[in-house]
Amino acid sequence: MPSFRIFDIAGSGMLAQSTRLNLVASNLSNAETVSSSIEQTYKSRQPVFATHLQSAKNDLNAGVGVRVAGIVESQAPLRMEYMPHHPKADENGYIFKPNVDTLEETTNMMSASRSYQDNAQIINTAKQLMQQTLKLGQG
Amino acid sequence: MTINFKNAFSTHPGAIDVWNKRTELLASNLANVDTPHYKARDLDFRTILKGVQSPQMPLWATRAGHQGIRSTEQDALYRNPHQPSLDGNTVESEQEHLRFAENTLQYQASLEFLNQRITGLRSAIRGD
Repeated sequence: MPSFRIFDIAGSGMLAQSTRLNLVASNLSNAETVSSSIEQTYKSRQPVFATHLQSAKNDLNAGVGVRVAGIVESQAPLRMEYMPHHPKADENGYIFKPNVDTLEETTNMMSASRSYQDNAQIINTAKQLMQQTLKLGQG
Repeated sequence: MTINFKNAFSTHPGAIDVWNKRTELLASNLANVDTPHYKARDLDFRTILKGVQSPQMPLWATRAGHQGIRSTEQDALYRNPHQPSLDGNTVESEQEHLRFAENTLQYQASLEFLNQRITGLRSAIRGD
């Protein structure tokens, strides 16, 4: 009988990928926000994935899930634009825009949704295998 | 004559066990497809089967402090990537999908064999 751990593993993958999708949405929706200082500016947020090794400490052969170890703000330089007539311009006439790379975020989104689909597919397959196993000997 | 279930089912329950373990490993490979430094793992059915068919002689543990050896035959092995990625991750999505599909079929095949054995046993018991 397929172990129920498969659901945990694929579920952890789905959770991690949906966190990533959430961050992509947050980054893209804030991509054009404007502020008047570096501190107030939104910075691109990225998830850090790590293997969930805790679940395998007793069995070296066990499958392991994934977890979001943390969310980091990108250290890339912000976009500074000279717009003296902008209402948010600072005393030197500059406005600050987030360091969100929309192209990168779009590819991130595609990758995340594909990985999410993979995990969902695995859960479906594991479910089918379990149902077939439960029917063993009934035919 | 007695019906021996262990002989009747042959290696199929053990095979299902291996396929099951492999499903778990392949699922974890696919869950970690974006994890930096994750190394893809897999089981080799052939070496496991070999270990089952001709088991090695066990080491004698005559004192409390004696350690056994871990059999390397049943350990998950790391996959050699065709195209290693920059972040140290060795999961190749399409390869894993391929193996997952193959593994699912193998599992279903073992299940089918078991089912047929059970049907055979049942008709032997009923005598019809």
